[in-house]
Amino acid sequence: MSSALLVEQILNGLQFGVMLFLMAAGLTLVFGVMGLINLAHGSLYMIGAFACAAVAAATGSFWLGLVASLAAAAAAGTLVEVLVIRRLYGRDHLDQVLATFALILIFSEATRWLFGSVPLYLNAPPILSGSIALPGGGQYPVYRLAIILVGIAVALGLWLLISKTRLGMRIRAGENDREMIGALGIDINRLYTIVFALGAALAGLAGAMIGALQSVRVGMGEPVLILAFVVIVIGGIGSIEGALVGALIVGVVDTLGRILLPQLFGAVLGPAQGALVGGAVAAMLIYVVMALVLAFKPRGLFTGSA
Amino acid sequence: MAEPLLQIRNLKKSFGALRATNDVSIDLRPGEVHALIGPNGAGKSTLMHLISGFLKPDAGEILFDGQDITGIDMPGRARLGLGRTFQISSLAPDFSALRNVMLAVQARQGSSFRFIRPVRSDPSLIEPAMAALERTGLGARAQIPAAELSHGERRQLEIAIALALGAKAFLFDEPMAGMGPESSKTLTTFLDRLRREAPVLLIEHDMDAVFALADRISVLVYGSVIATGTVEEIRRNADVRSAYLGDMP
Amino acid sequence: MSRELLLNTVLALLLLALPFGAFALDEPFYIDLATRMVVLGLAATGLNLALGVGGLVSFGHAAFFGVGGYVAGVMATHAFNAEPIFAAPFTLSATDLMPVIWIAAMGLAALVALPIGAISLRTSGVYFIMITLAFAQMVYYFAISWPAYGGEDGLALSVRNALPGFDTADSLTFFLICYAMLMAGLAAFTILRNSRFGTALEAARQNEIRLAAVGVAPFRVRRAAFVLSAALTGLAGALYAELNKFVSPSMLSWHMSGILIVLVILGGVGRLFGPVAGAMLYVFLEFVLGGLTERWQLFLGLILLGVVLFARGGLVGLLAGKPRHG
Repeated sequence: MSSALLVEQILNGLQFGVMLFLMAAGLTLVFGVMGLINLAHGSLYMIGAFACAAVAAATGSFWLGLVASLAAAAAAGTLVEVLVIRRLYGRDHLDQVLATFALILIFSEATRWLFGSVPLYLNAPPILSGSIALPGGGQYPVYRLAIILVGIAVALGLWLLISKTRLGMRIRAGENDREMIGALGIDINRLYTIVFALGAALAGLAGAMIGALQSVRVGMGEPVLILAFVVIVIGGIGSIEGALVGALIVGVVDTLGRILLPQLFGAVLGPAQGALVGGAVAAMLIYVVMALVLAFKPRGLFTGSA
Repeated sequence: MAEPLLQIRNLKKSFGALRATNDVSIDLRPGEVHALIGPNGAGKSTLMHLISGFLKPDAGEILFDGQDITGIDMPGRARLGLGRTFQISSLAPDFSALRNVMLAVQARQGSSFRFIRPVRSDPSLIEPAMAALERTGLGARAQIPAAELSHGERRQLEIAIALALGAKAFLFDEPMAGMGPESSKTLTTFLDRLRREAPVLLIEHDMDAVFALADRISVLVYGSVIATGTVEEIRRNADVRSAYLGDMP
Repeated sequence: MSRELLLNTVLALLLLALPFGAFALDEPFYIDLATRMVVLGLAATGLNLALGVGGLVSFGHAAFFGVGGYVAGVMATHAFNAEPIFAAPFTLSATDLMPVIWIAAMGLAALVALPIGAISLRTSGVYFIMITLAFAQMVYYFAISWPAYGGEDGLALSVRNALPGFDTADSLTFFLICYAMLMAGLAAFTILRNSRFGTALEAARQNEIRLAAVGVAPFRVRRAAFVLSAALTGLAGALYAELNKFVSPSMLSWHMSGILIVLVILGGVGRLFGPVAGAMLYVFLEFVLGGLTERWQLFLGLILLGVVLFARGGLVGLLAGKPRHG
């Protein structure tokens, strides 16, 4: 394999990882602060993608669509938190799983109702539509690079938010000691709504950005959601650093595995068999990585305060 | 002097900066009641957790019945014959008192992987379980779910479970907490006789009971044993008086 | 007779009467609906062992359901073509005999559950939920990426497998076979729950420290329960493939795992007939709401949300009151 192709695939892996990070960050924050497992996080991703595609189609502007995706996902997150999620904080995980599973059904069908079953398509903005030359030859789409940069910016922003701001201090207090937060005179309901809406907005942002790479369709969120679970299991629930590291591991391992394993098995078994076996193993690779991590660190690489 | 059944040597356990167990060495001899006393937060329950295998020590060793059990987990130690109760009652709340004890009987028989025969009509479980309940005075309450028992009754049930396990040594963590004076007295008499079956390591705040029962007392302060001795020795010990007994009303 | 026993009897008889009513009305489609209730009820009964008795919130039982389905599908395909399943290192020939397929389905589901359980049961709570979900997704992607048995498109069974003395192609006969398997599954559930093993498993759910303190390792008990639970769900998977004469990765999907949990909760978690009641209600809603609107899952979601937030205890809990323990 040429080094240019390898660089390209590593960048693809990073881009995938960054997108997973946007999903996992919200999930892990919500779990860390509120102790809630939210299956409907994938629906917020889908809402972001649909909002972006619809607004971009109506106005012709990707950027307006992006703003709309953040607003729509945050609004949906706020609404759901106030109406449903708030009642689930004290409940056991089974109730949380069930209620948020119900939310997936509701969101998916409602979206299908509004937009129909035909996928929407979203174009990357013209300014980001070209490719740039990679060192060592080869071209790489600017849009994918932009996603990586946005991901890095969000990771930095989250780090600043949590370590340097008042809101961040409250979030950390909430992770460490739920009772203390009441004692500090913080309006806990408001804090929880803000954290949930923040996570929702990040998921919506991820959905909007990915919408320009894939088709925008109902059900797009759940495969990503499950990968985000793998990410936070690897990283350690409740840890933002863990989510970042886990997301990059999963993104890069999955992407490279799909390219390299068929070739590797091909060298031993011949190209046809190699593609078959390699493809099947590659599809399972990240779960094997997860199992290995769990075998040595049952609570993930970065054991969070939760 | 009889060879100790249980020996704790140089046991250490820290939680962050807090040294909950600081180089503790004590032992339990056949036929004795050895009481562990000390102010709240002295590390008594931590020590109990270390001995029963609920917590892992940072250093030190535990010998039981001539065997080093430091590396054995809690179920393994229970199977070897360490029967413990918990400071805060730890029962299967939906099960009746009887079924809680039957669980211990089946565990003792090593038969938890039998899949067919119903337990409800199994005399080999019910009879020993009823016997243990009767001995702790809970015979009439056998069918009551553990969650509905009074606080004191739950303590009795914990002891019944330890009895049904056929423990070679008992580790009792504040068995009298929450009991009325009448029940405490009954339990004191009961423990007094129990020592002939197996020795008892007893954490207890009720000093009347401790002084009445204990063959030896160890005083734990800030994770360290500051004195071990007979009741008289402990009463006279100046360190103990200043560190602990002097604070008592 | 306790109220729960009465309710269970009524449910069992009602379920048995459904296909005969359909037969009398000459509505064969309704017979298959009843069979669907029975098979989904059996799948959820398997999950109920882990979830209801053991408190293990497995979000990955679709993996075992699907594995069972593929066993039936693969066997049927090979048997139909008179090819061995594989020829090296030894020849394993296929059969279209249902009892052999059932045993194979249970065995393979158990075999898949063993490593999944061994890894995921090292954790608990929300980790366990996510990890079982992830491993089921792994099996799902494997089925999609392995083209030999249809990959993403799934695998059709040309004919139902055989049970000597019965015409399995006949809807009513097939219903009765499935019904008998459901009753056998419920009997197995009851026996297990009332056994020493069941006692230990329930104790692991109620208070694992208590179980450990009497000398039983909760992990081993849970692992055994997880494997047995998977086997029962795998058996149901084989019947489900026979019912639809089709098996596809959708049987392995996260959505299926979610539905299995929904069946248990709708009916009543930990109750003997909870999963059956849940499956009856679910298939009924699917049929009635599905006939009214294409968007029936929206209303299913709303109903489910209502049940979780306001009506805990499920259908059996609603009709028969709180469970009795002893």
